[in-house]
Amino acid sequence: MKLIKYLSTAALALGMATGAMAQDKLKVGFVYVGPVGDGGWTYEHDKGRQAVEAEFGDKVETVFVESVPEGPDAERVMTQMALDGADLIFTTSFGFMDPTINVAAKFPDVKFEHATGYKRADNVSTYSARFYEGRAIQGHIAGKMTESNIVGYIGSYPIPEVIRGINSAFIHARKVNPDVEFKIVWAYTWFDPAKEADAAKVLIEQGADVIFQHTDSTAPLAAAAEAGNVIGFGQASDMSEYADGPRVSSIIDDWAPYYIDRTRAVMDGTWESTDTWDGIGPGMVGIGEITDRVPADVKAEALAMKEAIAAGEYHPFTGPLNKQDGSAWLAEGEVADDGTLLGMDFYVEGLEGTIPN
Amino acid sequence: MLKLEKRPQPSQAWIYLAPLVAVIATMIAGGALFAILGKDPLVAIRTIFYDPLFSEFAFFYRPQLLVKGAPLVLIAIGLSLGFRAGIWNIGAEGQYIVGALTGAGVGLAFYPLEGWFIFPLMVMAGALGGWAWAMIPAVLKVRFGTNEILVSLMLVYVAEQLLASMALGLMKNPQGFGFPGSRNLQQYPSAHNAELIAGSGMHWGVVAALIAVIFAYVLLTRHILGFHIRLTGEAPRAARFAGVNPARLVLICLGLAGALAGLAGMFEVSGPAGRVSIDFNVGYGFTAIIVAFLGRLHPVGILLAGLLMALTYIGGEIAQSRLGLPAAAIQMFQGMLLFFLLAVDVLTNYRLRLARREVA
Repeated sequence: MKLIKYLSTAALALGMATGAMAQDKLKVGFVYVGPVGDGGWTYEHDKGRQAVEAEFGDKVETVFVESVPEGPDAERVMTQMALDGADLIFTTSFGFMDPTINVAAKFPDVKFEHATGYKRADNVSTYSARFYEGRAIQGHIAGKMTESNIVGYIGSYPIPEVIRGINSAFIHARKVNPDVEFKIVWAYTWFDPAKEADAAKVLIEQGADVIFQHTDSTAPLAAAAEAGNVIGFGQASDMSEYADGPRVSSIIDDWAPYYIDRTRAVMDGTWESTDTWDGIGPGMVGIGEITDRVPADVKAEALAMKEAIAAGEYHPFTGPLNKQDGSAWLAEGEVADDGTLLGMDFYVEGLEGTIPN
Repeated sequence: MLKLEKRPQPSQAWIYLAPLVAVIATMIAGGALFAILGKDPLVAIRTIFYDPLFSEFAFFYRPQLLVKGAPLVLIAIGLSLGFRAGIWNIGAEGQYIVGALTGAGVGLAFYPLEGWFIFPLMVMAGALGGWAWAMIPAVLKVRFGTNEILVSLMLVYVAEQLLASMALGLMKNPQGFGFPGSRNLQQYPSAHNAELIAGSGMHWGVVAALIAVIFAYVLLTRHILGFHIRLTGEAPRAARFAGVNPARLVLICLGLAGALAGLAGMFEVSGPAGRVSIDFNVGYGFTAIIVAFLGRLHPVGILLAGLLMALTYIGGEIAQSRLGLPAAAIQMFQGMLLFFLLAVDVLTNYRLRLARREVA
């Protein structure tokens, strides 16, 4: 017991010494749901982290933990970061919501930023991107390019964010191709290359020649490349390594400007709890280069739509739109409000199948 | 030349030494791995094994050790009984999920009623749920001779689908803005498996794990059923002559393992996790298999192994964030532990001999 006591005192002294040294730097922590090498969602968040380091140099220290399960483990990782002196912590998955709120309540001096959630507190902000704007452009390309008129869609979880993407892509595919149909497979994972590849193969076997994915790995694109005459889109990251093959465009999450802004706000003492939901306009959602596989006229239309969305002239959810059951949702010219979009739990008219529950 | 020679009796000394040697070998090989990754191996090993226990923030990590270790120990104890008798339940993860669902289901059904009887009912429902899920492979094996390894494993994936369906449908929080996941049981006092002493990490699941350890110890050393379990595993023929009913043993071992895994799930969902969500299960049921073997299928060994495993998880996370070690390196480190244990285990049953050259 004596030895243990002695050792723990020594460790305490050591710990305090290192703690004091870290004082003059702002410490920013990142909690990731997947591995930084996923090539998609977590990869882009980690690029944001690196941008923060590049921007502030010696004035910041960033730390991260990857592949953190959503639940008590996430809570422990966040607590550990806060104990180690983090001043600002970004938690980058929807499932980190309750853990973030719990830990934030215990560390009122630490600022938290939770991606894609809806619970806020005095020291918890939320942020997300309007990925559905990018989906509209992809839907347009898909509707124009499909020959089998079957579009496959790999969903992660049936949560509003994913359903919004499906609706947005479908609306714009149908607009240019009344015969197009969507087949949706739920993978129930954000990152599982094997499952994602299986889902893509199933969809391709069912005749899909366009594959959408709302999961984070490049496995669906690899499956599309293998199948040959199938196109797909980069998700969360550009996935440009498939640009010569199936990838015709992509949605790129660009978190760097936001992360730099928020880090600066903590440094300046101007940080406040906010809710940010930015799209193509402010640059949080980027559209990856549209490759030559897309006919020039389709590419021009897609880029025109991108400009219109960025300028705020066009909203992807503009009436007339009906819900799946045929009931009216948006009247002619009416634009969906953010509240409905944030909680979206219904398909629009024309989509087949039901949202699992 | 070295030669392996079978021992007439398993070495008692090596049974106890093997885990220690395995841990030391893991530290050495793991240290080498960390050094290759450009990290100071001593600092890395200290961060994983020492810091959670004795560093400045140990007050937070020590209770977490119990939180992380309790489900592992609870499940591993149940598994060890079957493993000893040669009954291979690989599907504890599924039993864990179903126990959590039935336990949480009872709690949510009573919401918002408050009453002292709700939590005990949830405990019973959790155990029953896990038991029922384990009864499927048990009955199929007894009646139709199916392989319990396959059936119990496949049922894990069925349970995962059931979990997703519950989180998206029946148990979805009606005030959750359409997002999946149930109400948070931590905010429902009658159903909350709270810490018994604040800041200690001790919740009812930890208590249950300790009781299970004692119960299993007594069962194996003092009770006729424990004798039958050991006998069946060590000498199946002798067991039949001794009048052991193999079918009954399958039902009991799988049933107990299922009930304990169900309890673990129920305590987790009502305590540390708080809610039924699609990603509720994080692999405790599979990690518990490692814990059971690391603990030599012995109740006290399992207790220690569960804590050690929890330590590598918690220490591994600290190493990730403080030293920038990749998560994959930590997982490799944990894998090494089992790898070395199995390797060293050879010495329990075999001894090394210098081989003499045979005279022609």
